[in-house]
Amino acid sequence: MQNNEKSESTFRYVDWFTVVLYLLLVTAGMVSIYAASYDFDHANMLSFTEFSGKQFRWIGLSLVLGLVILLIDVRVYENYAYVIYGALLLLLLVTIFIAPDIKGSRSWLVIGPMSLQPAEFGKFATALCLAKLFSGYNFVLNASRKNYVRALLIIFLPVVLILGQKETGSALVYLSLFFVLYREGMSGLILLAAFCAVLFFVVEVKFTGSLILGIPSGQAAVFIMIMILIVAMLAIYCKHMDGARNVFLWFVGTGIIAYVLELCGVTIPGLFFFLGVMAVSIAYCILLMFKTKARNLIITVGAAVMSIIFTFSVDYAFTSILQPHQQMRIKVALGIEDDLRGAGYNVNQSKIAIGSGGMWGKGFLNGTQTKLKYVPEQHTDFIYCTIGEEEGFVGSAAVLLMFLVLILRILTIAERQPTPFGRVYAYCVASYLIFHLSINIGMVIGLCPVIGIPLPFFSYGGSSLWGFTFLLFILLRIDASRRERSF
Amino acid sequence: MIGGFIVVIAVIYLLRLFNLQVADSKYKEYADSNAFLRKAVYPSRGIIYDRDGRLVVYNQPAYDVMMIPRDVKDFDTLDFCRAVGITRDELVKRFDEMRDRRRNPGYSSYSPQRLLTHLTAEDYGRLQEKLYRFPGFYIQKRILREYNYKAGANVLGNIREVNQKDIDKDEYYKPGDYVGDIGIEHTYEHFLRGTKGVEVLMRDALGRIQGRYEEGALDRDAVAGKNIKLSLNIELQQYAESLMVNKKGAVVAIEPSTGEILCLVSAPTYDPSLLIGRERGNNYNKMMRDLDKPLFNRAIQATYPPGSTFKPTQGLILLEEGIINTGTMFPCSHGFISGGLRVGCHGHGSPLPLKPALQTSCNAYFCWGFKAMIDKRGRYGSSANAFDIWKKHMVSMGYGYKLGIDLPGEYRGFIPNVEFYNKAYGDGHWSANTIISVAIGQGEILATPLQIANLAATIANRGHYVTPHVVKEIQDTVVPAEYLKVNTPTIASHWYNDIAEGMRMAVTGGTCRVANLTDIEVCGKTGTAQNPHGRDHSAFMGFAPYQNPKIAVAVYVENAGFGATFGVPIGALVMERYLRGYIPDDRKYLEERMLHSNTIQFAGTKKH
Repeated sequence: MQNNEKSESTFRYVDWFTVVLYLLLVTAGMVSIYAASYDFDHANMLSFTEFSGKQFRWIGLSLVLGLVILLIDVRVYENYAYVIYGALLLLLLVTIFIAPDIKGSRSWLVIGPMSLQPAEFGKFATALCLAKLFSGYNFVLNASRKNYVRALLIIFLPVVLILGQKETGSALVYLSLFFVLYREGMSGLILLAAFCAVLFFVVEVKFTGSLILGIPSGQAAVFIMIMILIVAMLAIYCKHMDGARNVFLWFVGTGIIAYVLELCGVTIPGLFFFLGVMAVSIAYCILLMFKTKARNLIITVGAAVMSIIFTFSVDYAFTSILQPHQQMRIKVALGIEDDLRGAGYNVNQSKIAIGSGGMWGKGFLNGTQTKLKYVPEQHTDFIYCTIGEEEGFVGSAAVLLMFLVLILRILTIAERQPTPFGRVYAYCVASYLIFHLSINIGMVIGLCPVIGIPLPFFSYGGSSLWGFTFLLFILLRIDASRRERSF
Repeated sequence: MIGGFIVVIAVIYLLRLFNLQVADSKYKEYADSNAFLRKAVYPSRGIIYDRDGRLVVYNQPAYDVMMIPRDVKDFDTLDFCRAVGITRDELVKRFDEMRDRRRNPGYSSYSPQRLLTHLTAEDYGRLQEKLYRFPGFYIQKRILREYNYKAGANVLGNIREVNQKDIDKDEYYKPGDYVGDIGIEHTYEHFLRGTKGVEVLMRDALGRIQGRYEEGALDRDAVAGKNIKLSLNIELQQYAESLMVNKKGAVVAIEPSTGEILCLVSAPTYDPSLLIGRERGNNYNKMMRDLDKPLFNRAIQATYPPGSTFKPTQGLILLEEGIINTGTMFPCSHGFISGGLRVGCHGHGSPLPLKPALQTSCNAYFCWGFKAMIDKRGRYGSSANAFDIWKKHMVSMGYGYKLGIDLPGEYRGFIPNVEFYNKAYGDGHWSANTIISVAIGQGEILATPLQIANLAATIANRGHYVTPHVVKEIQDTVVPAEYLKVNTPTIASHWYNDIAEGMRMAVTGGTCRVANLTDIEVCGKTGTAQNPHGRDHSAFMGFAPYQNPKIAVAVYVENAGFGATFGVPIGALVMERYLRGYIPDDRKYLEERMLHSNTIQFAGTKKH
C-alpha cells in the first residue's frame, strides 16, 4: 500500500517534459536508423534481423529499464554509488582482458547474442560516484587539495581504464566532467586555460601559410591573442583598470609604430618585436604585483608566460609527438589538408550527404548518399548525416534544437535540486550530453576532428542507448524525489 | 555559463548547417555525381532504304570502354590491355590524351570518360567477362553504320563523333556522341538520330551499381530514329558509279514528275564503309589529301561551264521573248562571224532553224539569236536591260542559285548579272559580241551537274520542275515541304515542246545518235565544254521517253573530249538501265567501253 503510494507520487513528480523529449529523440533515432540501414530490398522496419529491428528491441528494453529505474528507491542510487562505481571499474578492467579485439579496440563484452560496451555504463556510475563525493557532509571542492584529488581520481580512473581498451573517444567524454567541477567551485581559469590552449593550438597549426613581420601568421595571431589575454585578465580578473589601459595603449602604440615602419620599408624582426613588447608588459605587471601585492597578478603573469611557452612548444608537439595519422586527422579537421581518399573521406562524404539535403531534405528513405553507403558508420557515429540528407536543414536543425532544449532542461533541473547529490549528478548528465552533442555533430559537419563517439539516443547500439537511459532516468528519479521528501 | 556555452555551440552548428545545406549548392552536385550514374541509352539510328525498299544503310553495334576516373582503383594493366587488345604504351597514351583538358575539355574525374572506342565483338566479350576486376570501367554500347552497297557515299554521308562546335550549337550532344556528317546523314540528322534515353543508376561507395533510381522513375527510353526511304535507286547508283570509274565528273538522274533524284554520282567516289569505326580518322585524312578529291561532291559542288547543254535554255528564252519563232533561221558558215569575232562550228546545212540547230548543236545559231536579243535596243532600251531579262529567265530555270537539294554543301553556280559586266567592261561598254560565249554555255557561265539535270527535268516536264531531292519518304512523317516545291520558270510551257523535239532530233540524227535506242524515245543534248584545265569536258543532258518522261539525266565527264564520246553513252546507258532494268546485248559493247575507259589518265590536265 505504502509502496503503491510512493510509486504513484514518483510518477506524479517525474519531469514529464524530459520524458517526452526522451521519447521523441529515441523515436527519431529509431526512424533514422531505419533510414540509414534501409536497403533497397524493402526491409521490414521492425524485423529483428535489421539494425532498426534490433534497435527497436533495445528501445523497448530501455523503456522497461527506465520504468524500473523510476520504481527503485532513490536512496539506492545514493547509498550504493560507490559500490556501483567500483563494480563498473572492475568491469572496465576485466573488459580489457576478456574482450575480443574489434578494429583494434577491446571494449566490447560479448554475452550470448548481445555485445555490451561497459564504457557506456561507466558514465552513470562515475556521475553517481562524483555526486556522492560532493554530497558528503560539508564537502566544498575548494576547501582542500585532497578534495580535488578525490574528484580527479573519480574522473580519471575510468578514463585510464577506457584508454586501456583503446577507446580514446569514450575516454575523452569523461573530461567533460570538468564542467561539473567548474560549477562546484573550480576556478574558471582552468577552463579558460584549456580553451586558450585549444584556440592557440588550432590557430597556430592552421595558419602557417602567409607571414606577418617575418613569422607565420598563425603564430603572430597567437601573440596578438596573448596580448588581448593579458589586457583582458588585467581588466576583468585583476580588476586593475589603469594597468589594463596602460598595457593596452602600449600594445596599440607599438603596433602602430611597427605598422608604420613596415610601410616605410623597415624590416622588423617579428619574433623579437612581439617577444620584446610582451616582455615589457609582463615586466610592468610584475612591477604592479610588487606594488599592489595582488595574487591575481601573479596568475596573470603566469598565464602570459605559460601561453608564450605553449606557443613555442605547439610546433614541436605537433610534429614530434603526434603520430602522422593523428596529425593528418587534425589537419583535415582544421581544413589544412584535403585528403579526400584517406582521413578526409568520412568527413567529406558526410558533408556531401548533409549538404545535399537542402532546406527540406530529400524525404524519408530518399537519401542517396546514405543509402548507397558513401558515408561510413552511418547508422552509428554518422547517423546525423541521414537526418541531414533526408530531412534537410529543417530536420537537422530540429534535432539539434531538441538536444539543446533537453540540455537546458537538465540544467534547469540541476539548479532546482535541493541536494548537492542531485545537482552534481544532473550536471554530470548535462556535461556528457554537451560533449557528445558538440563532438558528434561537430565532426559530422566538419568542425571537429573525427572522434568516434555516438550521438545520444540516435546512434545504433544498445549500450549507448541504455547508458544514456540510465543517466537520464536516474536523474528523473532523483528529481522526482525532491518533492517526495518534502512530504 | 555552461548553458551559455551549449547555446553558443548550438548557434555555431546551426549556422554551419545552414551554410552546408542551404547556402552552398556544391554539395548537391557532389552528391549527384557521387550517387548517380547517368548512363545514356543510345537509340538505334534510322535505317536507310532505297526507293524500291532495298536496305542500304543499317546499324551495327560497337562497344566503347568507358571509365569514371575517380572510381578506378589500382588494376592489372597488363590483364586489361590483353583483354582489349592494345599495348600498355597505347593505354598510357590514351590516359594522357583523356586527361589533357585542352583536347578533352569535358574531362572530369567524376563523370564517365570514353577510354577506347569501337571494340570488336570479340574484345567486347573478353573484357565483359573480366570487367569485375576493373572497378570504374564499364562498356557502353554504341551504334555504328553498316553499308550494304559500296555506292552513294556522297549522298548517304556518314556519322562521326561530335566536336566542340556541335556541342556548343546543340546541347543535345554530349562528348562522344555521333552526329551525321555530309550527305543525308547530315541533312536528316534530326530524323535519323532519334532521341537518346537515359538510365539513372545508383552507384554505391564502391562503384557498384545498386539498381535504378526510384525504380526508373527518372529514366527515359531511347526513341529510335526514323527510317528513311531514299529516292535513289541504289542499283542504278551503283551502275552509274561503275560507269564513272576512272573518270572525274558527275552523273545526276532525276524523275522529272517528282523531282526525285534517281542517282547522284560524283566521281571519283569512295566506299562509304571506309568512314566507319576506328579507322575513320585515318581514312578521312587520306581522302582529304587525295588530289582527286573523292570527298568533293562534284554533282552538287563542282561548277562547270555547261557548254552546249545550255543551248536549250537559249532557245527557250529566245522563243519566249519573241526574238525567234520555230521557223526563224540563222546562217552558219562554220561558225559565228561578227565584227571580227568568230565562234567556230562544224559542218552542217546553213541557214537553219531552231530544231536542226539543236540537233546539230549549232553554235552560230545561238550566238545570232543571243545577239539579236541583247542588241535589240529598240525593244529593251539597252543591252544591259536585255541581258537583265535574259538573266531573270535563266535564274527562273534554276541556274545561278542553289536549287535547294536536301544535301549539304550545294554550290550555286554562276550566271553573271549586269553589274558584273559593267564592272568588267564599263557601263554601256559591252554588247552581245562582248559576252557572246555566254550564248553557248561558256565564258562566265558555271553550273553544277545537278542544275544541268534539273534543266533536263524541266524540259521533260514541259515547263516546270520539282526541287530535286534524294529522300522520298520518312517514317511516320513527311519530307519537309521545302524539298518538294514545284517551280515554274518564266517560259511559257508550249515552247518546251519545240525544244524537246529538237533534242529528240539530236538523238535520232544529230550529236546524240549513240543514245538512239530501238524502242525508247530518248531526247538529248550534248555538251563539249572548253575549259582552262585541259581537254574539253564531255557533257550530256537528256531525258526519256520523249513523251511522258520517266528519267532526266545529266552527265559531266571532266577532260574527256566530245560530249558524244563519254557524256552521251553514259547518259544513254543510265537511262536504258533504269527504264529497262538491263542493257541489251547489242549495246554491251558500249557498256564495256565505258566501264573500262580511263579519262583521268588522258585528261591532258596539268599535274597539280
